[in-house]
Amino acid sequence: MKKLLEVNDLSVSFDTYGGEVQAVRGVSFELNEKETLAIVGESGSGKSVTAQSLMQLIPMPPGKFVGGSIMFEGEDLTGKSEKQMQRIRGKEISMIFQDPMTSLNPTMTIGNQIGEGLIKHQNLSKKEAHNRAIELLELVGIPNPEARVKQYPHQFSGGMRQRAMIAIALACNPKVLIADEPTTALDVTIQAQIMDLMRDLQDKTNTAIILITHDLGVVANAASRVVVMYGGKIVETGKVDEIFYNPKHPYTWGLLGSMPKIENKDEELQSIPGSPPDLSDPPKGCPFVSRCPYAMEVCKNHMPEYTDVSNTQKTACWLTDERAPKVEIPKSAVVGGAKIHG
Amino acid sequence: MDNTKEKLLEIKELKRHFKVDRKNVLKAVDGITFDIFKGETFGLVGESGCGKSTAGRTILRLYEATAGKVEFQGKNVHSKKSKKELKNFNRKMQMIFQDPYASLNPRMTVKDIIAEGIDIHGIIKDKKERTNRVNELLETVGLNSEHGNRYPHEFSGGQRQRIGIARALAVDPEFIVADEPISALDVSIQAQVVNLLKRLQKERNLTYLFIAHDLSMVKHISDRIGVMYLGNMVEVAPSDELYEDPLHPYTRALLSAIPVANPEVERSRERIIIEGDVPSPVNPPSGCRFRTRCPLAMDVCAKAVPEFKEYKNGHWVACHLYDKDHQN
Repeated sequence: MKKLLEVNDLSVSFDTYGGEVQAVRGVSFELNEKETLAIVGESGSGKSVTAQSLMQLIPMPPGKFVGGSIMFEGEDLTGKSEKQMQRIRGKEISMIFQDPMTSLNPTMTIGNQIGEGLIKHQNLSKKEAHNRAIELLELVGIPNPEARVKQYPHQFSGGMRQRAMIAIALACNPKVLIADEPTTALDVTIQAQIMDLMRDLQDKTNTAIILITHDLGVVANAASRVVVMYGGKIVETGKVDEIFYNPKHPYTWGLLGSMPKIENKDEELQSIPGSPPDLSDPPKGCPFVSRCPYAMEVCKNHMPEYTDVSNTQKTACWLTDERAPKVEIPKSAVVGGAKIHG
Repeated sequence: MDNTKEKLLEIKELKRHFKVDRKNVLKAVDGITFDIFKGETFGLVGESGCGKSTAGRTILRLYEATAGKVEFQGKNVHSKKSKKELKNFNRKMQMIFQDPYASLNPRMTVKDIIAEGIDIHGIIKDKKERTNRVNELLETVGLNSEHGNRYPHEFSGGQRQRIGIARALAVDPEFIVADEPISALDVSIQAQVVNLLKRLQKERNLTYLFIAHDLSMVKHISDRIGVMYLGNMVEVAPSDELYEDPLHPYTRALLSAIPVANPEVERSRERIIIEGDVPSPVNPPSGCRFRTRCPLAMDVCAKAVPEFKEYKNGHWVACHLYDKDHQN
């Protein structure tokens, strides 16, 4: 497997009236060819900021780049100028956003929005771009593309707008597609359509996908590897099966436990007490310490190192230290064989 | 299903239409019939625009009904009432809203927000009792009395939703409509709020109408579930039965669309993916409204509206597939 993208110790902060908010605090991961990497976490965990940093889309100021590197095909993206980045965005790395209504331009036809990147990056003529736009709309499953290509975003439904966004993002055959909560704003039946479409297109185009989401169902459905973020840090990472069937971090346990299980309903949901840490004054040790039922003295002041659980799974938790008490994974976090329809 | 249960609400052929312009009428809720039993949680699910929120609001008389009837403890909710009668009614029925950021007045302290209902209904005698009552409510929902003097912006989403719950509980209601109370919250916080709602139900013998689009959470909290599509109720069943034996093709598609947090299950499962989008409620399809997206549509579906009837004990469905005359 070839590495496409390698993020090393990335840190991003925002200057606010309330002080410096350290949104991302030393995040490292890599993305291989053809895989789907899910970044999971709650609001404020730093998952979207991480994704936007990859495209250098963080507004600076108030944002600022504190340290680390983002290696893409041997080059560090963090040192690139805006002009250099414009040659990469849309061509090498593309992004689809959560809300297709606010991320499409309401004053441009869908066809022109798809064609924009093609004209810029691939030097197509207007006519060629128009024809390619029709092909792309057909590819993402929009009926009657010849008519649709001349329409404006408000004439599209939510699901169709997201399809159009995907068409724009894939127009130049990017190597990496970043999907930031691509289905959160959509209804379940439409969500299923879009996830299906993304999988189909990935098979055809071999694009690597970074999927940002808070929905573990979507992760189980689409991801090959998972990064779990909390309080601006990665707390656990591994293959999708490792994260669901052999999770090691109490936060991952909490996340899995908070999901209602289809098969048993009388049990109380395992909620995680409290709320996420304030990143303008982040905890010195493990970010999860104030909500962790297994927190020890050491957790308060020392951030745990990453421990290798397997070749592919890593976790940052003091419980993996040999001096720590043995803790079994709670029953609520055990993902078993569910009975499902359909 | 236990048929001896006491009915708290009876909803009969309830309709709520909105005028869009001179010619067009949006039929948000178009003739729904179901009962809600005392002490149960009735889950109402459907996609955006199916009319589930309008149904919830019309049941509480936040909207007047266009036609049909809602009976609460045998009394018509929408009949003409004096101010005093109306007040009595409102005290028994309360609502929790979806957006905890928009549903709390930013200029009022939490204490005044919670006590507003208490003041209007004149439940307490003096200031001291008011404070005590508010503090008691704050503690019930897992906040502390010191929070009463703060303003909504000082709270997180989950905490705000707790304030909304305290406000609904303040007047000792019997029935609460919870309109997507957890959709705006993070997963770990959702579980906190759902557990709180369940606990309060047990302690106070509350009846809930729980409106949501997240089917896995609805299944977890509900005793019975109603599925809506484009202003119609298409299926009602006890929640376990709805999941084990869904009858309506729309319910099946909806259930099959929910991603399950289990990679092995996800890999092995065949999804029913329904094509297209929900049609406009201003100009819905003739006959069965789901027929344009239904994989099993027959000729009759375009001609006749399927009747909503009890297919087996406690399990209602509106689909021609379960009509004896039309079965092949």
